[in-house]
Amino acid sequence: MLGEAEPQWLSEEVKTGTTIIAIEFNGGVVLGSDSRVSAGASVVNRVMNKLSPLHDKIYCALSGSAADAQTIAEMVNYQLDVHSMEIGEDPQVRSAATLVKNISYKYKEELSAHLIVAGWDRKDGGQVFATLNGLLTKQPFAVGGSGSSYVYGFVDAEYRKGMNKKECQQFVVNTLSLAMNRDGSSGGVAYLVTIDEHGTEEKVILGNDLPTFFDQ
Amino acid sequence: MPHLSRASFFTSRKHKPSSTKMATLTMSRPAVAGFSFENCRRNVILEGEVNNLGCSLPAARKTGTTICGVVFKDGVVLGADTRATEGMVVADKNCSKIHYISPNIYCCGAGTAADTEMTTQIISSNLELHSLSTGRLPRVATANRMLKQMLFRYQGYIGAALVLGGVDCNGPHLYSIYPHGSTDKLPYVTMGSGSLAAMAVFEDRYKPDLEEEEAKRLVRDAIAAGIFNDLGSGSNIDLTVITKGNVDYIRPHDEANKKGVRLNELEALQLTGDYKYKRGTTAVLSKCVTPLDLEVVEESIQTMDTS
Repeated sequence: MLGEAEPQWLSEEVKTGTTIIAIEFNGGVVLGSDSRVSAGASVVNRVMNKLSPLHDKIYCALSGSAADAQTIAEMVNYQLDVHSMEIGEDPQVRSAATLVKNISYKYKEELSAHLIVAGWDRKDGGQVFATLNGLLTKQPFAVGGSGSSYVYGFVDAEYRKGMNKKECQQFVVNTLSLAMNRDGSSGGVAYLVTIDEHGTEEKVILGNDLPTFFDQ
Repeated sequence: MPHLSRASFFTSRKHKPSSTKMATLTMSRPAVAGFSFENCRRNVILEGEVNNLGCSLPAARKTGTTICGVVFKDGVVLGADTRATEGMVVADKNCSKIHYISPNIYCCGAGTAADTEMTTQIISSNLELHSLSTGRLPRVATANRMLKQMLFRYQGYIGAALVLGGVDCNGPHLYSIYPHGSTDKLPYVTMGSGSLAAMAVFEDRYKPDLEEEEAKRLVRDAIAAGIFNDLGSGSNIDLTVITKGNVDYIRPHDEANKKGVRLNELEALQLTGDYKYKRGTTAVLSKCVTPLDLEVVEESIQTMDTS
């Protein structure tokens, strides 16, 4: 028997071809993601929550290779737990983002995952950090994943400074809906996480409750 | 400032007496952790040489498979087919793909047969030690973490796709674990080449809080869909039902592909599908018995020190 090709599903890496977004408002942040995980042409998980907690008031949004992203998030979760015990108080969002950046930069050749870190701390309020390819930059909002390419125009045009919490949530849901409609690797349901000084609120918006636009 | 010239350094060496030789040091390589991929290089060279002669190397045995799991009211049901393939030939018609991890946790494995077998055995062993250390029944989340961290470490080269299910102090749990190390925690999962066929059955008929019999029927039908619609899956259906304090390892649950009976035209007798033949099937032409005279030459006893 000649050496045959390995079955596709064994060698295909599981990717979270994704749309993720995080935006800061006065007093907190809103994170949003879709829920599709694909291995090649097959969807292996249609309800994955890509908003992963790093600490009580710090979340990260996963995109890229599922294994790499999950592993980074779990490692940083552990490191943040140790760090917060050492300093005796809740960690800063900047610390969490730095830990993610350190792993992403050191192993940038081997990893293929992008995590957006966002949260609220007492010192600087709501913050959003992008850690693509090992850089660390604080931004008013960040989009990521394969679906983000389709909505750069929308977010650039529609973003205004000084939106309140409700407007931010609506902005995130609209962005996700548009991206999920155009990107084949994004879909399923939309997960929303809102973090402010009072607490963390997780919400799921099912497919038929997402806003529709003119072509639907 | 005086400059230490390099030339002077070299000239001083030249004046060393030639008879002094540095003792040749043999340093043994320190033990390296993890897999050694030396043999992969050897295999590539061998393959080239063997192909020149017109033959081919034996292929790794894979379980092109359908495995699945479902969470029901009181626990989890895991199901698997029983065909192991080596390329296009069935290597084992009745192999067991549901592996023991701990008394309350079992794991189905798809992918390379050796990888799933060894990975589950390694984690089962580590989990037993961990459980003795904590003094508690192991949790499914612990087994999941151990498996995903090991598979991630090997970056997908261990071709093990697993469905892990069990019941612990926090209730029933079901995880799917991919060769690269990502995991999903879901109420129903399928893996393997027949996963799409099985998932179609689940998406149609799954409801939360199923009864045990309903769940067993659902899993049986999902595996059957994989067996009949996927070339890499076949033979029988094995089920494992895990509830709090009890495990039913049903092998086989359903002999979906029973070997038929053969008819012998000459004698019009129904032969069983058995490879055992009765005494008298082969005629004995002659018999010759030669007794061998053996005498004991030397006898010595060595006692083993079992202290």
